[in-house]
Amino acid sequence: MGMLKTFWHRLGSPPWMYGIARPWMWGFGVLAAVLIPAGLIWGLFIAPPDYQQSDAFRIIYVHVPTAILAQSCYLMIGIAGFVHLVWRMKLADVVLQEALVIGASLTALALITGSVWGRPMWGTWWEWDARTTSMLILLFLYFGIYALREAIPRPDSRARASALLAVVGLINIPIIKYSVEWWRTLHQPSTFSMVEQPKMPAEMYLPLLVLVLGFYAFMGAVLLARIRVELLNRESGSSWAQAEARRLLSS
Amino acid sequence: MRHSSGPACRAWAAHRVRPLNALVAQFLRDWRIALRSRHEMTTPLMFFAVVVMLFPLAISPEPEQLAAIAPGVIWVLALLASLLSLEGLFKRDFSDGSLEQMVLSAEPLFLAVVGKLLAHWCAASLPLVIFAPIAALALSLPLEALSTLLASLLLGTPTVACLGAVGAALTVSLGRGGMLLALIVMPLYIPVLIFGTSATSFAVAGLSVAGPLAWLAVLAGLSLTLAPFAVSAAIRMACEE
Repeated sequence: MGMLKTFWHRLGSPPWMYGIARPWMWGFGVLAAVLIPAGLIWGLFIAPPDYQQSDAFRIIYVHVPTAILAQSCYLMIGIAGFVHLVWRMKLADVVLQEALVIGASLTALALITGSVWGRPMWGTWWEWDARTTSMLILLFLYFGIYALREAIPRPDSRARASALLAVVGLINIPIIKYSVEWWRTLHQPSTFSMVEQPKMPAEMYLPLLVLVLGFYAFMGAVLLARIRVELLNRESGSSWAQAEARRLLSS
Repeated sequence: MRHSSGPACRAWAAHRVRPLNALVAQFLRDWRIALRSRHEMTTPLMFFAVVVMLFPLAISPEPEQLAAIAPGVIWVLALLASLLSLEGLFKRDFSDGSLEQMVLSAEPLFLAVVGKLLAHWCAASLPLVIFAPIAALALSLPLEALSTLLASLLLGTPTVACLGAVGAALTVSLGRGGMLLALIVMPLYIPVLIFGTSATSFAVAGLSVAGPLAWLAVLAGLSLTLAPFAVSAAIRMACEE
């Protein structure tokens, strides 16, 4: 408990966070550099083709990890927003800001890969199915927070307003997801159930698992790298950041 | 609990009673302002009416086609019209300083916000709900679905007002918040839109409407209890600037 509390208080210190983020960033980076190529080779070349979709199903190995990450990112933004509202931790706003960009890009990527997958499978670029629609709504939730942040000039108010909106969005996401699924069952009684992978065999499923982990590691590395840059940027007036910047420039 | 009498006790008792007064006072104040600036009440209504008129012209005057889109058109327009009125919900109070007085006051901000929301619903949403059956008839919605449409609007518009108020409070200190407000709150409106239109379509098809209406009631309860907290927090932020 004591250790946890110390850790919590240290999180509020930018130089400490800047330092500790570096080994974690490298750890995640190395993990991603191993897992992603391994998973891709396994999934794209070794795994057997699907009996119905043949090789076209292989986009799943990019589509599913991005879609999972896109949602995880919003969860992280919501939690960061909550932490910022309750404890006024400045780091939480940095996390929110950086996860926002990553999350929005991942959501867009999930929509694009889904659309590319939908073309051969459903014969259309866009299908209003429950998951696609939920993803699109998620993208607009990201855009909403982003636009609000852009509109508020003062960093302090910007952080608090976007934190509040993130928490409101997080509370609403389960309701939105449920209502969209309910709406979809109303209009389309499971014609596209073939997208619901009917019990994938292990040799198709395991590479996906590796890739999901790899993508998580990649996101961790990118997020920490972005956080470090943003910390330097925000603390540019302080002596530790200036010393660090000088060190980086001279090396 | 204190049982002694005396000034301290009376002050304590007065303090215990006053919060509800704050709610009522805020409600009456906002309601009177709404009555005195009637154009703010009628403009969203006229917007609603004039856009309803566009649909037969744009799509088709055939009653079957109109009836098919009527629930969706009425609900989408209700959401859009709510945006028109929501933008001004806190604007004037913010610029003349009464919002700051609300924050500074000894009364709980939460209750003042509830009073404000109630007044806003009565002034902006209720006229729309009352007008909606006329629009529904103009769009050839079957008569037997009218009661369900009304029920769905009555149960759904409180949620719309609450969620919209969060967006309005977040954007009140920004110069041009209109488009931003739409971007922020529209995704949050989706469950209400889905259950509201489904209830009405179910009624047209002769199905049971209990499910979606119950969901609308749940959402109304949730947003009425949770949204005032978010609105209060957003108002505090706006006033701290």
